[in-house]
Amino acid sequence: MLGRTANGLFWMFRYIERAENTARLIDAGLRMSLTRMHGHEEEWESVLRSSGVFSSYSAANSEVTSADAVNYLLRDKSNPSSILSAIEAARNNGRMVRTALTREAWEATNECYLDIKAQLARRVSDAEMPEIINNIKQRTGLIRGAFHGTMLRNELFNFSRLGTFIERADNTSRILDVKYYVLLPAVSYVGSSLDNVQWESILRSVSAHRSYGWVYDDDYKPANIADFLILNGRMPRSLAYCYDKIDSNLSYLEREYGERSSCHDMVADVVGMLRGHEIQEIMDRGLHEFLQDFIGQNSRIAAEISDVYRFYQD
Amino acid sequence: MPFDEMLTEDSLPRAPYTGYFNWHSGQKISDLIKKSRDAENIFRKTGITFAVYGKEDSAERLIPFDIVPRIISGSEWRKLAQGIEQRVMALNAFLDDIYHKQEIIKAGRVPRILIEKNDAFLPEMIGMRPPGGVYTHIIGTDIVRTGEGQFYVLEDNARTPSGVSYMLENRETMMQMFPELFHLNKVRPVENYPKLLRHSLAAVAPPGCTGKPRIAVLTPGIFNSAFYEHAYLADQMGVELVEGSDLRVIDGKVAMRTTRGYVAIDVLYRRVDDDFLDPLTFRPDSTLGVPGIMDVYRAGNITIANAPGTGIADDKAIYSYMPEIVEFYTGQKPILENVPTYRCSEPDTLAYVLDNLADLVVKEVHGSGGYGMLVGPAASKRERSEFAAKLKAKPGNYIAQPTLSLSTVPILVKKGLAPRHVDLRPFVLVSDKIQIIPGGLTRVALKEGSLVVNSSQGGGTKDTWVLED
Repeated sequence: MLGRTANGLFWMFRYIERAENTARLIDAGLRMSLTRMHGHEEEWESVLRSSGVFSSYSAANSEVTSADAVNYLLRDKSNPSSILSAIEAARNNGRMVRTALTREAWEATNECYLDIKAQLARRVSDAEMPEIINNIKQRTGLIRGAFHGTMLRNELFNFSRLGTFIERADNTSRILDVKYYVLLPAVSYVGSSLDNVQWESILRSVSAHRSYGWVYDDDYKPANIADFLILNGRMPRSLAYCYDKIDSNLSYLEREYGERSSCHDMVADVVGMLRGHEIQEIMDRGLHEFLQDFIGQNSRIAAEISDVYRFYQD
Repeated sequence: MPFDEMLTEDSLPRAPYTGYFNWHSGQKISDLIKKSRDAENIFRKTGITFAVYGKEDSAERLIPFDIVPRIISGSEWRKLAQGIEQRVMALNAFLDDIYHKQEIIKAGRVPRILIEKNDAFLPEMIGMRPPGGVYTHIIGTDIVRTGEGQFYVLEDNARTPSGVSYMLENRETMMQMFPELFHLNKVRPVENYPKLLRHSLAAVAPPGCTGKPRIAVLTPGIFNSAFYEHAYLADQMGVELVEGSDLRVIDGKVAMRTTRGYVAIDVLYRRVDDDFLDPLTFRPDSTLGVPGIMDVYRAGNITIANAPGTGIADDKAIYSYMPEIVEFYTGQKPILENVPTYRCSEPDTLAYVLDNLADLVVKEVHGSGGYGMLVGPAASKRERSEFAAKLKAKPGNYIAQPTLSLSTVPILVKKGLAPRHVDLRPFVLVSDKIQIIPGGLTRVALKEGSLVVNSSQGGGTKDTWVLED
């Protein structure tokens, strides 16, 4: 397959993942603004930070209001991570690699784009938000379903999956890093209702507020939340889960191509690191530092993959 | 009254349409309108879009599809096919001659100046004989009809004709929506086109290519108006869809960058214009092509389809010489007629054209897609006088033709059927043999009375049936 095709698939799935993730972040932000009496703009700042767009937002807007933040995250074309931009980028990549996709996977992507674009053609009112967020989750879910149901499990599939999990690992680690301080045991108002809301918001932004209860069967505890999102291999948005998938997809490529490369070793190191630690050790050594390292390593691995498999012209 | 292909003047169905007409009489118009919307949804879903240049917000548009098929009888088709085959043979012979001995010029049948001063003539191709001796591999001959058995060739698209994906998708959509019609009528299949194209391209692989030839489709990219078609054909043929940035000349071969390294290709079906093909030979600012590909080509290590320089054969200035060209190379009278054409470069003719602008269609010699043309009868006085000025300034840039009374085929409108003008583009594949796909793309002017069928000017398409009889 062409290096450019591998790149197109990789980014198509990164963007789909990003759109979905932003939808979750907005959802969690809206939830926060419902459950708090005042000061929820603070929450929007952290949502913007989690999405990695706080500085570009601030450059364009003088203050953080929920309406502007939502608009920026949802449909601002100047924000390359807005849902509209991400879906458009996913679809353009999909169009470019049209020959690599099944008809079902392509049509789900194309319909997602047409539908969301129409829905986001103008500013969206609060009352419309739940329906729109839901639609975005459903549409991206349909793409995933069509993709999983129809694509051959070959190299095309592997590059797509690598894009999904590199992006997801990045998203989850950023969400944690923006809120890492509310997970620190030393914070004075531990156990207060404010904390509960904060913790729930983290879990909500990765759609884990229900599953947390199934796994830990307990009230929210910072260490458990961190464990769930970092080390729990059964949690589909955890760092450990993402890296298991990155590892297995790269292993398929290794077998298929009969060649092991630098990116394989880098990924094996991350997998080993995630398996070799208890959450308490990570927290003791500094959650923020851990997450910063992780985010850096994750993006170095993405760059290495694109080098090894010739995504770009050299 | 223009000739209607479905109905006689007494509103009775003509022979090829009998089956369809009877079926149609039993349908509710409202149901058909609904089907028509379903069809549009299918197209939108699939992403069969067409970019219209110069209109930013509507960057991607659907070409309207009309659900009433255009039907051609087997005997009508046989005549057409023979005529097309004759013409295509002549086109390839002409190209070979023009880039070698130029006997047709020496014989005084085509003026030298018309060839050598023509932008479409590529000196780089002089003395170059492509693998298999084929210059134009894929041709879309534009044909119009004015009456019973009256067909004219309007244009020979010998460069990179587009539209074949619409032919295929139109058929696919009709079969999905009206399977019963295909039981009622014996319609000759078109859906094997991608397979035929693949075989046809493989058959003209360079002589040094042993084993299965590796084929790729070269596209300018997703912003090109016909990108959908490029992707569609690559997909259907099961070959790679490449862009210029994927290709590089390595060890005297053109190779594509894959995830495992560079892999040589043997046949390139390029949908990039000559000018952009090789920045080292043609436009140096082109990023769509492959630096050095012309050297590989000249060394005989890759087949480029269609060959560079084929534009000289379908140039509008050359068109008026096609009857002579056909006769010169085949020794026979042309089976298909040309539309009478006035060469504005000739002073007497120019005067005639200027006097009769209201009755003529004037076309730019190098234009395409319906841009830069004047349809005299439909134009306002002002438009005509503005065009006359352009014509006087550069007469050699224009040709003029009488406005033919193009045939009509009904389309579906709210009140039922209404006649609209059509043309036809059958597709031809040339390798060691010539294959004409029974059918083609019927373009239809959706506006009542309009003669402009180009999709860039609001035209639509129809499924085209050639009956087995």
